[in-house]
This record gives sequence, C-alpha cells and structure tokens, in this order.
Amino acid sequence: MRKLRIKRLSLRAFVLPGLSFLLAMFFGALLIIFSDSTVLKHIGHPIAFIKAGGVAVWQSYLALFQGSIYNPSLATPHDGLFAWYPLSETLVSAAPLILAGLSVALAFRAGLFNIGAQGQFIFGSIAASYVGFHFHLPIGIHVIAAVLAAVVAGAIWGGLVGLLKARTGAHEVIVTIMLNYVALYFLMWLLGTTTFLRPGRRDPISPDVLSSARMPLLAGNNYRVNFGIFIALAAAVFVWWLLSKSTWGFRFRAVGANTAAAKTAGISVPFVMTSAMAISGALAGLGGAVHILGSDFALTSGTAGNFGFEAITVALLGRAKPLGTVFASILFGALRAGGGTMQANTNTPIDIVLVIQALVVLFIAAPAVIKWVFRLKNLKSTGDLTAKGWNG
Amino acid sequence: MSLELRGITKSFGALVANDAIDLKVETGEIHAILGENGAGKSTLMNIVYGLVAPDSGEILVDNVVKVIREPSDALASGIGMVHQHFMLVPVFTVAENIALGHEKSGFAGRLDLHETRARIKQVSDQFNFNVNPDDLIEGLPVGVQQRVEIIRALIYDAKVLILDEPTAVLTPQETDDLLKIMRELKVQGTSIIFITHKLREVKAVADVITIIRRGKVVGNASPNASQDELAALMVGRQVELTPDKLTHSIGESILKVKGLTVRDITGRALVNNVNFEVKAGEIFAIAGVQGNGQSEVARAMVNLEEHVEGSITLAGKEVVGKSVRQSLHMGIAFVPESRELDGLIASMSIAENLILDLHDRPPYAKGIQMYPSIVLSEAEKRKDEFDIRLQSVTDPVSSLSGGNKQKVVLARELSRPVQLLVASQPTRGLDVGSIEFVHKRILAERDAGRAVLLFSTELDEVLALADRIAVMYRGEILAIVPSGVTAQELGLLMAGVVHA
Repeated sequence: MRKLRIKRLSLRAFVLPGLSFLLAMFFGALLIIFSDSTVLKHIGHPIAFIKAGGVAVWQSYLALFQGSIYNPSLATPHDGLFAWYPLSETLVSAAPLILAGLSVALAFRAGLFNIGAQGQFIFGSIAASYVGFHFHLPIGIHVIAAVLAAVVAGAIWGGLVGLLKARTGAHEVIVTIMLNYVALYFLMWLLGTTTFLRPGRRDPISPDVLSSARMPLLAGNNYRVNFGIFIALAAAVFVWWLLSKSTWGFRFRAVGANTAAAKTAGISVPFVMTSAMAISGALAGLGGAVHILGSDFALTSGTAGNFGFEAITVALLGRAKPLGTVFASILFGALRAGGGTMQANTNTPIDIVLVIQALVVLFIAAPAVIKWVFRLKNLKSTGDLTAKGWNG
Repeated sequence: MSLELRGITKSFGALVANDAIDLKVETGEIHAILGENGAGKSTLMNIVYGLVAPDSGEILVDNVVKVIREPSDALASGIGMVHQHFMLVPVFTVAENIALGHEKSGFAGRLDLHETRARIKQVSDQFNFNVNPDDLIEGLPVGVQQRVEIIRALIYDAKVLILDEPTAVLTPQETDDLLKIMRELKVQGTSIIFITHKLREVKAVADVITIIRRGKVVGNASPNASQDELAALMVGRQVELTPDKLTHSIGESILKVKGLTVRDITGRALVNNVNFEVKAGEIFAIAGVQGNGQSEVARAMVNLEEHVEGSITLAGKEVVGKSVRQSLHMGIAFVPESRELDGLIASMSIAENLILDLHDRPPYAKGIQMYPSIVLSEAEKRKDEFDIRLQSVTDPVSSLSGGNKQKVVLARELSRPVQLLVASQPTRGLDVGSIEFVHKRILAERDAGRAVLLFSTELDEVLALADRIAVMYRGEILAIVPSGVTAQELGLLMAGVVHA
C-alpha cells in the first residue's frame, strides 16, 4: 500500500517537468521553422511549407541528439564506440551543474534562495586550481586536497551568507547577488597577480593544474568524461540522505517550511541558516572543483560560465529534489553539448537551446499553462520549494 | 430583505462540504448557524458571498434568483460579510482599508478619505468601537482589527449581514455590545446570519437556529433549547460541556514569576512587572482580552521573547536567559497560541510534527542519523494515546482538522518529562468535541500533580478549569481571584474595571 503511494507521487513529480519540456520543445520547433529562411521561402505554399518546416525541425533536433548522446558518423573502423563521444561531453557538462544545482536545491529546502551558487562555484574553482597547480603532492592525495580546498572555500563563502542572515536579517538574495560580484572581481584581480597568471601569458589565465591533481578519466584519453560525474552522483545521494534521514536535514526542512514553528519547538534557527548555507556553498564549491580538475584545468575570468545561474534553473526543474536535480542537470548538460552541433550542422542558432531552457522554467513556474494545454485536472504542485519572497 | 438558499451543494474532491443545503433567512431575523469546525458553515457563507462557486443550487434575495459570482455581486445584492480571518491590508490605515474598492478621489486624483473618516467616526462612536480611522491596521490588536471589519460591513449598509465567528476575540462586555448592535440592526430590518459555536450567545440573540453537521442541515432548534441539547445536535452525541473537576490537594510552588517585564523592539513594555506563582496540581489561568500582554507572558516562559527582564524559576531553577530548547527540556510543555503559525509545520508529516522537539535524541536519532521507522512507530503510539483521527501518520499535518492538529501539539509537548504545562488559547477555533478532549487532558495533567499555566480569552473555559485566575489588562496583572468568581465580575476585570 505504501509502495503504491510512493509510485504515484513520483509519477506526478515527473509529469509537470516532462510536459513542460515537451511544450518548450514544441515552441522551439516553431522558432526553428520561422527563423529558417529556406523554410520561409515556401510560406505561400502550405504543403511545401509544412514539409520544409518538418525537415528543418527534424534535422535540428536530430543534430541536438547527435551532439549530446550518440552520433553514428563519429564511429571509425577502429573505434565503433566513438559514436558515444557526445554522451561523454554531456556528462562532462552535467557534473558541475549537478553539484551547483544540488547547492541551490538544498538551500531551497531550508527556505533560503541561494542565488550565490555562482560566487561559491568561483571560490571553489579558485581553491581547487591553486592547490592543483601550486603544490606538488603525490597522485591521489593531490586531487583529494584540491577537492577539499574547494569544498572549504565554497562552505565559507556560502556560510557567510547564512551567518549574515541569521545575525542581521540581511536578505540572502541581496547578499548572494553582491557576493557573486565580489567573487567574480576577486577572480579577475587574482588572474592579474604573478601567483595566478600563467607564465608567458598576458590574458587572464592561470597555469593548468598538475596532472596529479586531475580527476581520473573514466573511458580513456579519447573521452573527457571523468570521475567528477561520480562525485556529483555521490553528492546527490548525500543530499538525499541529509534531507530525509539526518537530524540536520530535518531541521533544514522544518525551518524552511515554518521558521516560527521550528523556533517554538526549540530548533536554533540561526544555526540552521548558517549550516544550510555552508553546506550549500560547499556543494557549489565542489562543482567548481569538478569543473577545474575534471575538464577545464585552468582558471579564466569566465571559469564559472553560467553554472551558478543554470543551477537555479535545474533546481527548480528538479523540484528541489536530489534525483530531480540530477535528471534536470543531465538534460541541461545535453542541451549545452548538443547545441553546438546543432548550430554547426543546421541553420538553427544555438540560442534556440536557451529559449527551450527558459521556456521549461517558465512553464514549471506557471503550472496553470501546462494544466490548460494538456487538460490536466488533478495536477497539484508538490510544495517542496519553500524559499520565500522578500518578506520571508 | 430575505435571503434563501436552495439545494446548495459543493464538493472539494471526495469531500462534500455542503450537501443540498436549504436555508431561509427572513427580513429582520437573526439566524444562527451552529456547527462544528469543518461542518461546512464557512463554505456555505463563502458561497453566499461569492468567494466560492457552488456545484449546484441557487440563491434568492427577496424571492428573486441572484447570480453571485464575486463578492461585488453579493455587495450589490445587499449581502455583507465579516470574515473569521480578516481581509485587511496590514500596511494601510483603517480609513484606507474601509475605502478600499470604493475610493473617492479629489483634485488630480488625490485619495479623498474625508467622508470615509467621518462615517467611521460616526459608526465607531455609535457602537462604542473606539476605532481611530488613521491608525495603521498592523499596529492594532486583533480585537480592534475585527471591529474594523464590522464597521466596514456596517458602513456599506448591508441588508443581510454575515458574521463569521464574530465574538471570538471580543471581551464579554464587547460581546454584549455587539449582541446589542445585532438586536438594533434587526429592529431596523437588517437580517443577520450569525455563525458561531458559542451556545450561550446563540441562545441570547438568535431567533432561529439551524444546525449543520458534516455538510448537511440536521435540524432547526429554538433559542429556548438547552445548551446541552444544542451541543448534542451539533456533535451528534451527548457532550460534557463542563468537565468534572475533582477537588484535590495542591502541592508546592513549581513556577515563580517575579518582576517579569517584556519589551518590544522599540523598548515599549508589553508586559509590565508581572508577579505570580503556580503550584503543583494547580491550574492558574491568566484571563484577559486578546492583546493585553498574555501572549508575551506565555512566550517568555520558554524564552521566545527577546527583551525580557525579571525572573522566571521552575522548581528553583532560573529559566530566563536559556535557549528555547533548554527551556523545553527543563520540563516545560508549551502549547502555543497559534497551532498553524507556531505549533505545527503544515507541509511536514504528522509523524515528523510529533517529534519536532525530540528529533535529534534517542530513539529517533543517534548522532546525526535519524531513524524514520522509529519516528513512524512512535507516531502510531501517540496517535492511539491522544485519539488523533487520521488516515496515515505520513500525511502532512495540514490534512488534519483543527482539533486533531491541537492533539498533535499536545501529544508532542506532553511526551517529554513535564513539570509545567503552558497552554495558550488551547481551544481557540476548536469544535465542541475537541474542546472537551483538550479540557479533560489539561485537567488530567493537573490531577497528575503538574503545574498548569493556562492563557485564555474564553470566560467559560477559565471558569470551568482554573483553580485561581489572574486578569491581565494593558500588560499588568489587575487582580488574582479565586475560582469562585462570577462571569460578570471576571468580565468587568477583563475590561479593566477594578471596583465595580
């Protein structure tokens, strides 16, 4: 009986994101049709127009698939499996995103809106990179030390937000936005110092991390997929355990859902805010480590890319649950990896991918649209996202 | 103006909130609707007021079918409503709130509140409401906020006035005044639908009583029926309205409060130099109208207030300055004033709510590892012990009725070793059956030799339970009287009158 309930619940949890994605793909298809000049030539002839449009959409989405999962044309007589190279790229993009997404999701569950994953990610990257290129340590120990440094740096940068909120009531959204700028400009300043600037270079780039500090590759030297994806999945399991099986997670959820009642029952709200933000920051910092030690190896001013902001999106898409965040991150990793191929092989610009990503979030945020389009009656929001607005 | 409802039916999912309800309110009639919480009274009234669309049925005003889709339709038909939960904008003044939706603008679109102010003053003086049109709502005590709601309905001269539990936060005197107003309105031809669970008020003022149980009209009663008869109709079984109180010996002093002063953030004293003692096996009630500092005294008992002076000792140990958690574990059970806001976490499960305080202690946890299966099995035990009616302990606590929610709070707070029970408005908003349960439980704690500090605005509750009664007025204890005091004397004290 209990098993049955759980099944039904998780089905419902997938319905809304799944349908949102479908609908976003549909609007993406419309954009592909109407942005393709060769298709628009046929606008006067409905049948030819539909045909050309169909072909354009099919080719674009096929390229998206081939760029993100499996591309038979990459297979060589020597290496038939190389057709899976795109999947490796998807996982490389997904690993840091999963970690940053978990960071946002965990904070959400504690009632905190962590916009600062970007800054925490940057600090993690800086710490991992510094330990990675500056110190000479034995293989194995070196990578662990670099990862730990990133975790600590992220935890401090995140915990600071929680501490400020707990002690002064400063709203975490404002604080994290500002700390993102601080982190970014700190990174740019660092890349101008002799310690961080790669010898012989004038553009802002650090030395590569030593090979002893890099994540082990999982599928040989031809693929970039590395141990980082396992770290990300392990972190997801950890967050799941933390939220559902530990006293800390219990307190996070209690404070997130009703601060006043948690306080009345004797839970220390300042401690929860600080510790939740520290763990959240640690996860984002770990994302930075996986990114630097797994695939990028060197710091640049654009190191964090969009990870910290896409993290908010995947956490929303994953309904602030660890498993959901993992799926959403892999989906976004695939879109990121496949978008380039799509742009190269078809007339479709990579911006379509951004539109699809944005629409997915829009539909998730406005479930009424999905209910209306798909004529759903009993789809209820599950209410796990507990971050509050400005008055919270 | 008469109002008639025919066959009103409304279901929410599987729950039939209103099942073919027929009701007729004649011109100039006070028609009481009695029913337990969850019986469907509020749904019915929300349908009449256009807040909820019925599945079927029709509404007739003066024998003409009216389509009421929105509150504005209801207002246009002469139906006004004072809600149980206030519909006021906290950052607006009284006048701004009352003008809302009917704003008049002066030169260059400037908001003109002159007329609104004048009418508020007039109504306020007429009925002795003591409401200043320029006060901010958020700064007003709950009781005054409700008076603003009543003024609003009166100002937009509703011909049928729906009052949803209007006396819950009023003093006995204010309640008497309101009942007087209701009679006056009735003489002037206004019909009143009076929703309440207070049997005495119903008997005092109603012309006709309709009793609703589980979404159905179960019958009409005359105001001459006894309270016991009315309660039995409402609940569907015989109810003990006044619990049996055994006389027993009272022990030594457990709680000593000396010179307790609680300030708000601006330094204003909300509680001013309060002194009292509660002995083992004694129920010490602090009565008073809402907003006279009782809430702050209650919260100070477990250090939920920030700016506290004075001393609170529990069996000789100082409580002030400890954390909330330490206070609770010293042996204080705390039932907060608002179940929904402070007592429970709506989205978390019943089982989790039962261990909010003990979640990190054995057997529920070792280190930081929790044992959800033990949480569930303990919840099953508590469920039986406290007769919590539920489908599954894993359901969110928000799925429970008010009475069962309060049982969850009581079950949690009484599962620690307890010397003192602090219960703040423990039966507010509960139905008769649940009130009976809570009262019995409080008396059981007293009989087991615990000290009980009860905060209540309900005269009947205070008189039925307390061994000694303190009355708070404007942050101070006005008097401490023995339990033999009459309702009349107690009511005067609550209004701040010391020598009658």
